[in-house]
Amino acid sequence: MDTSAKRSLLKRYSAFAVAREAFRQHTGWTRAWGQAEPKSQYDVIVVGAGGHGLATAYYLGKNFGITNVAVLEKGWLGGGNTGRNTTIIRSNYLQDPSAAIYEKSRSLYETMSQDLNYNVMFSPRGVMMLAQTQHEIRGYQRTAHANSLQGVTTEWISPERVKELCPIMNIDGPRYPVLGALWQARGGTARHDAVAWGYARACADMGMDIIQQCEVTGVQTNGGKVTGVSTTRGDIKCNKLAMVVAGHASVLAQKAGFQLPIESVALQALVSEPIKPCMDVVVMANTVHGYLSQSDKGEMVIGGGTDGYNNYTQRGSFHHIEETVRALVETFPILGRLKMLRQWGGIVDVTGDRSPILSATPVEGVFVNCGWGTGGFKAIPGSGWAMAELVAKGHSPLTEEFTMHRFRHGKFIDESVAAGVAH
Amino acid sequence: MLILNCPYCGRDVDETDLHAGGEAHLKRFGPGSSDDEFEHYLFMRENPKGVHFERWRHVYGCGKWFLAARNTATLQVYGTYSAQTTEPPQHILDAIKEAQA
Repeated sequence: MDTSAKRSLLKRYSAFAVAREAFRQHTGWTRAWGQAEPKSQYDVIVVGAGGHGLATAYYLGKNFGITNVAVLEKGWLGGGNTGRNTTIIRSNYLQDPSAAIYEKSRSLYETMSQDLNYNVMFSPRGVMMLAQTQHEIRGYQRTAHANSLQGVTTEWISPERVKELCPIMNIDGPRYPVLGALWQARGGTARHDAVAWGYARACADMGMDIIQQCEVTGVQTNGGKVTGVSTTRGDIKCNKLAMVVAGHASVLAQKAGFQLPIESVALQALVSEPIKPCMDVVVMANTVHGYLSQSDKGEMVIGGGTDGYNNYTQRGSFHHIEETVRALVETFPILGRLKMLRQWGGIVDVTGDRSPILSATPVEGVFVNCGWGTGGFKAIPGSGWAMAELVAKGHSPLTEEFTMHRFRHGKFIDESVAAGVAH
Repeated sequence: MLILNCPYCGRDVDETDLHAGGEAHLKRFGPGSSDDEFEHYLFMRENPKGVHFERWRHVYGCGKWFLAARNTATLQVYGTYSAQTTEPPQHILDAIKEAQA
């Protein structure tokens, strides 16, 4: 056994490791990932150490053996939307390309803890999307049919079944009666920070450099091909560059000399004080622009709608929270007595058809992964898997339809019903 | 709460009375234009982190469209002006310059 394999065996998290450390006052734990100094050259530089960026790096190493990789992060690891979302995982989209990448992603979540040797607390507790108007009934029944053709297990359920699965819900209205729901039993939640930390640890284990507090200030090209990046910690050369920076995608693309069909807006969420377990499913209600689940700590986690205007400040407008809570209180009367603990915003990158962009760009060697808009967390492993293939081989069956040029050709992947508000 | 001055009503208006309309001063392209021009007009956006010229509609008021200059990184509003302009007027540009000085 070589030394690196031996080291990683000793570093493995397990019940045995916990017991071993218990006998020596927990002095044997090592850092999950190191503080790396930038080298002068890498095969691939990934910009953005959020879930998508780290997953891209991880699958570059795991699936393609490319480990001379740096992940550059302006702030801190997982400090953007990875740490700001409502952790919902589902794959009940309408269009075939979406179903393919989101279901790939959901299925990777099932085994992620074992794969990364890091507990991401994936909880397939079931996700229901409520139909509260006749229009939504038709929309979700259509999605259920599409999903069964795509091999994604979802079903249309009755209001009575909704009430059975989520007894705290008032299904009678009067303003927003529950008329049924689209139910995905294998959807659920996961611990969002752990997803970023688990990928970071696995990347560092493969010898990749995760460099925080390192902002990319420019993209260097030669004859239309990328040669490296300038950063606040000096110039770094690379053969390929993957931009995976969500809300700041347009800002970074501008540095590389092209535009994206993206607008950045604020999306907000809030959590209540912790209460006893009262709800063991995820409920999304698109008509009232709200979605709800209960965290393992007992907090009710509530997500709202986006603001209508461009914004990079990571805080949104108060009236959106008011609207979200006002509407949810009718469907969940129990919420009326709860105090809210925290509220925050994240900057989401929204495309015209509400589908992401995973694409080669006008600059050779530069690839972009953005446009996940209001629903990126669920897609982290699938996005990383597909992006790694795109970067390594130049094409991937999962990303083919998600090219940035689809708008020019009118080949939209319209998910505004599935993704317009809720996530 | 974002507050913009409607240049038609002359009143300060809360954002709940307004509807955001996206990037302003887009040049329209119609039949006969190239794919590139049409794609840029319809889909490509500046989306700057900084000064943004944008369209707003005073939807629960006079109902008219107007334009605003606003900073997307600070939410500072530099001013609002008539929608019947193809580029930002000088007094708006001056206000931006002054604020950034």
